[in-house]
Amino acid sequence: MIGTIDQLNEKTAACTKCLDEKITGSDGKRHIVLCGGTGCLSSHSDKIKEKFDEVLAAKGLADKATVNIVGCFGFCSQGPFVKIYPEDTLYRLVKIEDVEEIVDVDIAGGQVVERLLYVDPATKEKVSKQDEINFYKKQRRIALHGCGVINPEDINEALGMGAFEGLKKALSMTRQEVIDEVMKSGLRGRGGGGFPAGRKWQFAYNVKADQKYVVCNGDEGDPGAFMDRSILEGNPLAVIEGMMIAGYAFGASEGYFYVRAEYPIAVKRLRLAISQAREAGLLGENILGTGFNFNCHIRLGAGAFVCGEETALLNSIEGKRGMPRPRPPFPAVKGLWGKPTCVNNVETLACVPYILRNGADEFASVGTERSKGTKVFALGGKVNNVGLVEVPMGTTLRELIYDIGGGIPNGKKFKAIQTGGPSGGCLTEEYLDEPIDFDNLVAKGSMMGSGGAIVMDEDNCMVDVAKFYMEFICDESCGKCTPCRIGTKRMLEILTRITEGKGTMKDLDELEELSQTVKNNSLCALGQTSANPITSTLTHFRDEYIAHIVDKKCPAHVCKNLMQYVIDPDKCIGCGMCAKNCPASCITRTDYIAPKHKLASMAIDASKCVKCGSCMSSCKFKAISKV
Amino acid sequence: MAKLSENAAKMIAEICDRYKDEKTPLMMILSDIQNEYGYIPLEVQELVSAKTGISVAEIYGVVTFYSFFSLEPKGKYIIGCCLGTACYVKGAQQVIDKFSEILKIKPGQTTEDGLFTLDALRCIGACGIAPAVSISGQVHPKVSPDQVAGIIEEIRQKEGMSA
Repeated sequence: MIGTIDQLNEKTAACTKCLDEKITGSDGKRHIVLCGGTGCLSSHSDKIKEKFDEVLAAKGLADKATVNIVGCFGFCSQGPFVKIYPEDTLYRLVKIEDVEEIVDVDIAGGQVVERLLYVDPATKEKVSKQDEINFYKKQRRIALHGCGVINPEDINEALGMGAFEGLKKALSMTRQEVIDEVMKSGLRGRGGGGFPAGRKWQFAYNVKADQKYVVCNGDEGDPGAFMDRSILEGNPLAVIEGMMIAGYAFGASEGYFYVRAEYPIAVKRLRLAISQAREAGLLGENILGTGFNFNCHIRLGAGAFVCGEETALLNSIEGKRGMPRPRPPFPAVKGLWGKPTCVNNVETLACVPYILRNGADEFASVGTERSKGTKVFALGGKVNNVGLVEVPMGTTLRELIYDIGGGIPNGKKFKAIQTGGPSGGCLTEEYLDEPIDFDNLVAKGSMMGSGGAIVMDEDNCMVDVAKFYMEFICDESCGKCTPCRIGTKRMLEILTRITEGKGTMKDLDELEELSQTVKNNSLCALGQTSANPITSTLTHFRDEYIAHIVDKKCPAHVCKNLMQYVIDPDKCIGCGMCAKNCPASCITRTDYIAPKHKLASMAIDASKCVKCGSCMSSCKFKAISKV
Repeated sequence: MAKLSENAAKMIAEICDRYKDEKTPLMMILSDIQNEYGYIPLEVQELVSAKTGISVAEIYGVVTFYSFFSLEPKGKYIIGCCLGTACYVKGAQQVIDKFSEILKIKPGQTTEDGLFTLDALRCIGACGIAPAVSISGQVHPKVSPDQVAGIIEEIRQKEGMSA
C-alpha cells in the first residue's frame, strides 16, 4: 500500500532503481524487450517472448537475461521488434525462428546479429541502435512517455518512469493553481478540436455541483488513427494519472474511460492498471493521505463512430443511442447524468502528468506560437515507414513524410497527405513545407484532427477517396438531424455516379452547394465537417473529377467502370496463368504469336471482365496493365 | 415468439445482475450478452427489460443503433476485414471481395453452415500492418487476396469441414 507521499517517494525510488538497472545493465543481466502493441502481437510477438524464455532456460542462460513485453515501439511496418539493453540493439522483423540465433550470437556470444538490423533505405547501411534510425531522430516523446520502455502490465515499471509524480505535485498545489499551470502550458485538446484543456477545466471548476465527472474519450474512430490505442496499450497509468489530475483540478471524484470495443488489448491493460493502482492505494479514498478521493470506471463503445463526439459519448455511457445533444448547455455545465463533466481525449490526458512533473514552461518550450507541445501521428498509407510518431508541433509535412516516413515506396510519386480522417482534408506537394499545427492546417484547408495521416501516391484516385470517406460518414451518420442524414446520402450518390462514369459537370456545382448546406446546418461536428474531404479534393484535384466526368477516365485506374485490364501481346508468352485464375472465364487465347515466343498470346474480353485484378497479380511477365 | 431456453434465461438474468450496482448499465449488459450469447433477439430484450425496468422500445433502439449488437446469430468465426483508410488505400476492398466471392456471402451475412460471418470493419487501428483482417479477434497482418482461400481452408480443416 502506498498511503502517503513518503511511501510513494520510497516506492518510486526503488522502482526507478530497478528499471535503471535493467536498462543500464548494472544488475549484470541483459534485458530483452519485445513490442506488445496490436501490430506486433498480430505478428506473434507474444509467442516470440515465450520462445525466448524457453531457449534461455534450455541453454542455462535464464539468469543472464530477463525478457519483457513492452508497449508500442511505433515503427509498426518493421515489427515485431526485439530490443536488447544495455547495448540498445534493435532487431526488426523478428520471427520465432530467429530467437535461437539471437540468444546464441548476442546474449551468449556478445555479438550483433547483423541480418536482423534495420537497413537505412537511402544509405543501405545497417543501423543497430534505435536512436540512430531516421524514423526516430526527429521524434520527441511526451504523450508516449514510457511507451516501448515499460511493461504496461506492471505498475512498478510505470512508477519507475515517474508515474504519479505529476499527481503528487498537483496535490501540493491548490486546484486553481493546477488549472493555471495547464492553461499556461498551452495544452489544447488532442482529439481534433484543439480547445484549450485548462479553459475547459476552468468552466467545470466554476460550476457548483455535488458531483462532477471526468470522462476520457478513447473512442478513437477516425479510420487510419491509432494514437490513443497505442498510448493506452503502452502506458495506461499515464492516462489514469492525467484523469486524476483533471479530477483534482475541477473537483471530480469519478472518472469514466470510454474506449472502443475494437481495442481489446488496450481495454485489458487499462483494466489491469486500474486494479493495480487501486490495490496500491493510488485510486480510491484519501489518496496519498491528502484527502483526495478518486475512482475510475471503464465503459466500452459498441461500434458507433459518432460516439467520439462528446455529447453522443455521454449519451452512450448513459445507456442510450449515441446521438449528440444540442449545445449549449455544454458538458462542462451539464454533462454526464446532468452533472458538470469534462471530456478529454486520451492523448490530452497523457500530456497532463508531464506538464505537472516538468512544469508548464518546459512543455510550452516545444511547439509553435499557438500550438504547444508535441502531437502523435499515425502515419500510414503509401509511405515506407508506417507507424506511430510523436513530433513537436511545427514539424513540417515534408519532415513527417520524407525524413521520418522515409518517403513513398516503389519509386512512386507523392500525391497527397490526408489528415483529420473523414473530417479532414488532403494537402498536396506545394504544401509540404507547411508546419503542422492546429491553426495552420485549418488555414490551408485541411485539419490536424486527432492524428491520422494517410499518404497517397499516384495510384490513388482522389474521387474514389472522397467517395470512401462519404460512404463512411453516410454509414455512421446517426440520423438525428436532416442535413447530415440526407445530405451525406445525396453527396454519396453524386460521387458514386461520377466514379461510375455517369456524372455531369452540373454534379460538381451540386456537390459544392450540398457541402455548404450540410456544413452550416448539421447539429454536430460529424455532419459539419463531413464534406471536408469533398471540398478539399475539389479544390486540389478538380482535374481528376473532370477526367471522370468529361473524358470518362480514371487517371489512377482505380474506378472499375472507367478502367480496363489489357494484355500486351508482345510481352505475353502465352503461359495461360491469367486464364486459369480468371473467375469470369473471360481470357482466351488469340492466334497471334509474338516474335521469340512459342505460344500464342492471351486476350481479355472486356465485356465479360469483372475487373478483379486476378490476372494481373498472377502474371509473372508483367504483360498485363491497367488503362 | 420463440421462448428462451431455461439456461439462456438464467444466463441473461445473471448478466443483468452483474451490473445492478452500476448507473445506467444497459450498454454493458448488451455488450456482455452479445459476447456471451452471440446475439440479442427480441425475446432476450424482453427479459432484459423485465430485469432492468427499461422499456423494450428503448432497448431495441439501442441494440439497432450500435453495429456491434446483432439481432441475428453470427457465425462461429467472424471475419472482419478492415476497410479503414490505411487498409483501403492498400487494397482492402479486393481482400473483402475475395472473401465474399469464396464464401458466397455479402459483408454482414453468415454462411449457411453457420461457420463464417463476413464483416466490413471500420479502422481497427492496425494501420501499420495494412490490409488487416481480424478473425474472431485475432489480427492477420498484410493480407493479400491470394491468401484468402488459404485462410478459409485452414479454418475449415480445423473444423473438419474441408471442402
